[in-house]
Amino acid sequence: MSKGAKVGRSKRAGAGPQAPWNPSIVVFACNWCSYAGADTAGVSRIQHQPHFRMIRVMCSGRIQPGFVLRAFERGADGVLVSGCHLGDCHYVFGNERAVEQFERTMNMVKLLGLESGRLRLEWVSAAEGARFAQVINEFTDQVRALGPSPFARLGARVAPSPEPEASALEQGATTGA
Amino acid sequence: MVELAEAAKKARTWACYDCGKCTASCPVARVGGDTTPRRHVLGTNAGGDGVLSDGTLFSCLTCGLCETRCPVQVSYTALVRTLRELAFREGVEPECPHGGALQSVMRMMARGGTQQDRLGWLGQELKTEKNKGAVFYWTGCTMYYDAFFSDLQVTTLNGSRAAVRLLNALGITPVVSPEERCCGHDLLWNGDRTSFEMLARHNVRLVAESGAELLVTSCAECLRTWRLDYTPYLEGKPPRILHISEFLAEHLGELKLRGDGSRRVTLQDPCRLGRHLGVFDPPRQVLAGVPGIELREMRHARQAALCCAGGTWSNCDRYAKRLQVERLHEARATGAELLVTTCPKCQIHLRCAMHDPRRGDEIEIAMRDLGEVVAGALA
Ligand code: FES
Repeated sequence: MSKGAKVGRSKRAGAGPQAPWNPSIVVFACNWCSYAGADTAGVSRIQHQPHFRMIRVMCSGRIQPGFVLRAFERGADGVLVSGCHLGDCHYVFGNERAVEQFERTMNMVKLLGLESGRLRLEWVSAAEGARFAQVINEFTDQVRALGPSPFARLGARVAPSPEPEASALEQGATTGA
Repeated sequence: MVELAEAAKKARTWACYDCGKCTASCPVARVGGDTTPRRHVLGTNAGGDGVLSDGTLFSCLTCGLCETRCPVQVSYTALVRTLRELAFREGVEPECPHGGALQSVMRMMARGGTQQDRLGWLGQELKTEKNKGAVFYWTGCTMYYDAFFSDLQVTTLNGSRAAVRLLNALGITPVVSPEERCCGHDLLWNGDRTSFEMLARHNVRLVAESGAELLVTSCAECLRTWRLDYTPYLEGKPPRILHISEFLAEHLGELKLRGDGSRRVTLQDPCRLGRHLGVFDPPRQVLAGVPGIELREMRHARQAALCCAGGTWSNCDRYAKRLQVERLHEARATGAELLVTTCPKCQIHLRCAMHDPRRGDEIEIAMRDLGEVVAGALA
């Protein structure tokens, strides 16, 4: 992984010279719904794009602006914030807090001049494996269309995304796929 | 460590004779914090063992109160800043409030490469230039603060708007640049000199290219940074650098001001403007020039002023809160209806303290930037 770090952004091992550029995406998911939703996608063997790292938090209410902004600072091309549907939060109103924090984060992202399409909030329940896959595919395509983040291009400390061949567990990340 | 020896020399720690006035004056130590300037000064003289890792390096507010009381002029703020730079290089970072969000924003600005949305706050009625002009209004990061602290109803942009309005009233169309970046003050005091230098170089070039002969800012921290810390990066004939209070003090006679009844106000001296730069009189002269304003000083004012206790986004804790509550009590005790500030940071930190559901009523007081007070009195 370490030796792939430099080239990992544009050329993945095994990819041809014309292979499309794949973004590095950070997905924050709450333990009770979205993370389980990703798991459902996995056990149901639903295929989706693998260019993301998932970070599990207990509740989407924990995802404060600092998390997202740091991900961008470190060179993430996109950040997806996910949690339980409104009304279903394990901690009753955690996701309402998530909405407030997300809005503040989005305002900071816009002030910084990052495209708002690099940041997204989605609700995914534990049962919605197919929806998880769909959200991931849509968001990955959207970020891919935007191209590399300006902060990644300028030599940010990029956390390399896992090589597609390597198992997710080996990389210390769980993608649910 | 060579650098530590240099730091000792710059800060004159060798002159310390262990009188302990610094720690005795330290506001954080007074309310129970572990901050002890004396230990850092003596530890530096003894070779620096443990100074970087004793966990109290970032608890200092860098308010400079100890320094004004030191009988042998040891500059503790200079020392603590160098120590933080050394610590930063070794991976010791402050425990940043707000999950480091503001530090991330500052570092992204340091890197640049995006078109920030920096001018959205300018209303139709404000006249500004984007590129060139004789006067540069240095906005600072107020638009970011108002967005980030929207839940606290922070309104530091009102100070920026008021400043531009006042400049316009004096017939000046200032440059307000979309390319401005964070001045780097907080990162520098967090120990991150690399990012600071990137910001300093960019900003110095930007202002030089504008052709401005005068730079005016409403932020005490930006002022300190421009006046002292940018010095090594300035080239050619640098612009004159003024705080809005200094600028208004010079031009007060040219402004037509009317009073709208009498108003008792009190004034917060920001550490950067006051103790760091010695600018105590201009804000007072300006207030004295606004009809109907009566200034009532707080118990601790000027050199003895109490810090708003949130400096550099690296030390927000229960001690900071105690100091803020104490300061707001002092403000209320003057009988003033309005607390006037000359730094957006003071506004943010004091406003935050007021959002205490248990103490709210006791410590709440209306708060406005000096520029807002003057602009509000424009005839
Ligand atoms: S537990 Fe899922 S959003 Fe709160």
